[in-house]
Amino acid sequence: MKFAAFSGRVTKEILRDPVTLSFGLGFPLVLLFLLSAIQANIPISLFEIKSLTPGITVFGLSFVTLFSAMLIAKDRESALTERLFTTPLTAADFIFGYAVPILPLSLAQCIICYIAAAALGLKLTVTVIWAFVFIISVAVFFISLGLLFGSMLTVKQVGGICGALVTNLTAWLSGVWFDLNLVGGAFKKIAYLLPFVHAVELERAVLNGDYGNIMPHIWWVAGYAAATLIAAVFMFLRRMKK
Amino acid sequence: MEAVNIKNLTKKYKDVTAVDKLNLCIHKGELFSLLGVNGAGKTTTVKMLTCLVKPTDGNAELLGHSIVTDCAGVKSIIGISPQETAVAPNLNVRENLILMCGVHGFSREKSRFKTDELINLFGFKEISGKKAGKLSGGWQRRLSIAMALISEPEILFLDEPTLGLDVIARSELWDIIRSLKGKITIILTTHYMEEAESLSDRVGIMKDGVLLELGTPDELKKLAGTDKFEDAFISIVRGNIK
Repeated sequence: MKFAAFSGRVTKEILRDPVTLSFGLGFPLVLLFLLSAIQANIPISLFEIKSLTPGITVFGLSFVTLFSAMLIAKDRESALTERLFTTPLTAADFIFGYAVPILPLSLAQCIICYIAAAALGLKLTVTVIWAFVFIISVAVFFISLGLLFGSMLTVKQVGGICGALVTNLTAWLSGVWFDLNLVGGAFKKIAYLLPFVHAVELERAVLNGDYGNIMPHIWWVAGYAAATLIAAVFMFLRRMKK
Repeated sequence: MEAVNIKNLTKKYKDVTAVDKLNLCIHKGELFSLLGVNGAGKTTTVKMLTCLVKPTDGNAELLGHSIVTDCAGVKSIIGISPQETAVAPNLNVRENLILMCGVHGFSREKSRFKTDELINLFGFKEISGKKAGKLSGGWQRRLSIAMALISEPEILFLDEPTLGLDVIARSELWDIIRSLKGKITIILTTHYMEEAESLSDRVGIMKDGVLLELGTPDELKKLAGTDKFEDAFISIVRGNIK
């Protein structure tokens, strides 16, 4: 009941924020249509819908980090968190209250991307369902990252770190826009030490029914998701105790 | 009977002592004001009493619940209106009140009853569907106090409740606070001398984390040998009282 009251409030805050909705749902769609239009006018295979769509769904989740971090940081700065810390809500109520409502939003973003991709020529098969299932682990990573930054940073800092750094890291080190083999070297090595490219390759493998290639990407994504969630919980509890 | 019993309460931040061995008893049903210049330790004291900050040393019992060993018990009997506005901006007035009912675990029927009761008491009828973030400062403060009251607290903390409000909004809030006198124990921090004098049963004056004097407004004026409460406060803080 207590958890439901708090998570209900988080859902309303997110859905009533036009910036969240327009960026979270609109921006990935704009990119999908734009890059598909580019693909239609170039002779080489750069942004084929089959490999572009999983990449865009992962990139779109970087905005989820921004929104969740912004929501928590705003709550902290407005003293609403302070008020709620004096109520019988537990740490678990807070953490799941923030995280759980954002998960359906992430899935909704993913579903909308696939509907748009279908309009652009993506053949919808049962693998799309599996892409939704596997993206949950990716979403948990990005949501946890939002919880972590939201617990640590101010609203202004969240804008810079999540709005610029996380979205750019996801863009450049995920292999969405270009094949990382083209750059190679240290850039590729660093990219493969981070979860972004693994998330994209996981989703591409699932969508294309290439289930043998799910490994080792799923372990990278799940490992980062678990580690980030633990770090977020630790940081949130530290804030509560402070 | 004592509602709050503070014994040697101390808070140190590295080499700064924010509150130094505070000893104080606040009676049940009393409106007690903590006065002091910036950095006197008022807000730190309130934060310790509401379990938002752990004391470095000492203890306080709120109706028998220790702030050191029984924070859950403390949280079940207090309400707080923090210094900064603590409302959910994208929820309307009614939803903010329902949120507080939910986090306190009220049933649906009780939530509806309490929400309607406070909407009538605070005159929110006309604006109950308006988003809290769109309300004026005065109405947001009213809502903040109503949110603190909805859990039927036995001890209410009001941390500078009229800060930054115009004369009319302040006067209206004073009327609301007066209407609560005697029904619950209220601990108020303020910078406004006329507010403390007009509302309080007793006043404690703090400086550098230490309680300098304690008494009714009339007793403090008599102690300082002046008719004006503001002059009495200045004399006490400057150490002109022998």
